[in-house]
Amino acid sequence: MGVFHGIWTLLLLLVFLGIVVWVWSSRRKKHFEEAGRIPFQEEHPVSTGEDHKAEKNDG
Amino acid sequence: MSSENTYNYRVVRQFSIMTVVWGIVGMLVGVVIAAQMAWPQLNFDIAWLSFGRLRPLHTNAVIFAFGGSALFATSYYVVQRTCHVRLFSDGLAAFTFWGWQAVIVLAAITLPLGITSSKEYAELEWPIDLLITVVWVAYAVVFFGTLMQRRIKHIYVANWFYAGFIITIAVLHVVNSAAIPVSLWKSYSVYAGVQDAMIQWWYGHNAVGFFLTAGFLAIMYYFIPKQAARPVYSYRLSVVHFWALVFTYIWAGPHHLHYTALPDWAQSLGMVFSLILLAPSWGGMINGIMTLSGAWEKLRSDPILKFLIVSVSFYGMSTFEGPMMSIKTVNALSHYTDWTIGHVHSGALGWVGFISIGAMYYLIPRLFNRELYSVKLAEMHFWIATIGIVLYITSMWISGVMQGLMWRAVNTDGTLTYSFVESVQAMHPYYIIRFLGGALYLAGMLIMAYNLYRTVVGAKPYEAAIPAAAH
Repeated sequence: MGVFHGIWTLLLLLVFLGIVVWVWSSRRKKHFEEAGRIPFQEEHPVSTGEDHKAEKNDG
Repeated sequence: MSSENTYNYRVVRQFSIMTVVWGIVGMLVGVVIAAQMAWPQLNFDIAWLSFGRLRPLHTNAVIFAFGGSALFATSYYVVQRTCHVRLFSDGLAAFTFWGWQAVIVLAAITLPLGITSSKEYAELEWPIDLLITVVWVAYAVVFFGTLMQRRIKHIYVANWFYAGFIITIAVLHVVNSAAIPVSLWKSYSVYAGVQDAMIQWWYGHNAVGFFLTAGFLAIMYYFIPKQAARPVYSYRLSVVHFWALVFTYIWAGPHHLHYTALPDWAQSLGMVFSLILLAPSWGGMINGIMTLSGAWEKLRSDPILKFLIVSVSFYGMSTFEGPMMSIKTVNALSHYTDWTIGHVHSGALGWVGFISIGAMYYLIPRLFNRELYSVKLAEMHFWIATIGIVLYITSMWISGVMQGLMWRAVNTDGTLTYSFVESVQAMHPYYIIRFLGGALYLAGMLIMAYNLYRTVVGAKPYEAAIPAAAH
């Protein structure tokens, strides 16, 4: 039981680290920047293809 | 306009108004019991008004009536506006409103009568627990049903926090409230001894973690960007923030049971995970505050932003203090003293209270399509409430540390230096200061109620249109 718990904990840690790597991968940068602007899409329909001008640049 | 083309603002309006009402009620009870601590004769020798019965009424009213209504209101608002779709079911949403109000009224009747399961923050007896479960399942159906019908592909981070809060509270409530009824108003927990204590604090701390933290972080992630008119500082950090909280919060409960019959390894585990929690908490705090980066001047003129940002600062303060107090050697001094009360209220008044107040100042004028009646009054509310919090928490820090030191002081021959009543006497001035702090915070709420009343009086209910479909 102790070994199982140890492996399970390690597995969860790896899942979490996997999430961190996935989120910070450079390929997803644009996707998440757009997601951050969802609260501001209310008044105007979402445009596709064109990138909205970011209100800020957090590099 | 047909209801398909508009958001359901009705239920948001109802919950928002009740947030203000229950806030005033809950904080008034808090001020009353703070006065009873300073002047015990204020219980008038009436059992219904005794501290032991009013205290759970206070905690239930501020956490579940005030905080709960704020969470229902904002989650229903945010999920609609970030998914571009009307709430899943108007009928079920209305049921959650009336059901939740019924729970609150039942709590306000049964607790002063002394009907209690005696589990902290879960005092309500089994028939009310069943009603809570039904309402909560309806809430989950409305929330997740709305998410499933969304017209925006990505689920905005605030909704993830709301979702985590709804699911976790359901699990916590059902497991911790499991009891065997012996009569209509009396039941016994199915757990016994230290298992009961552990389950209680697994529930208790995660109620803090998911009700009072995750739910209100969802408010932070929507309302701070909206009020500051700029996206959150780092969306990617917000995703990591969410998962880090989910992975670590659930383990921290044992720090409520240091130096008890709980096995030592469980105490140490609770302490270690409480310390780890500092990282995601501060990550989230930085993310909220840095959203204002480059626009700090807005803080000067905008009291709503002041409430929201100072709230996140209190979140940072209390999530630093919490891990520190979970260290066993620190806990040996702080536990069972007023320090704990001070810590809780820096989180409750500062973090939960201020972010809810900020959200209501943002929300209520919009729900009636009006401008806020007076920005000056909101500014006044902010400063009065802030002074109130500072008085409250500093008096409790001093009183708490003093209590802890007096209780553990021993003479060279091993006898106690102070009798218990000497420590009670030493606390008296700080209890008066605490009462004043709480009264100021309540006064701020009354100013808010007046301001919002003048904002909406005579206004027709407003139904906002859903933006045209994206393509």
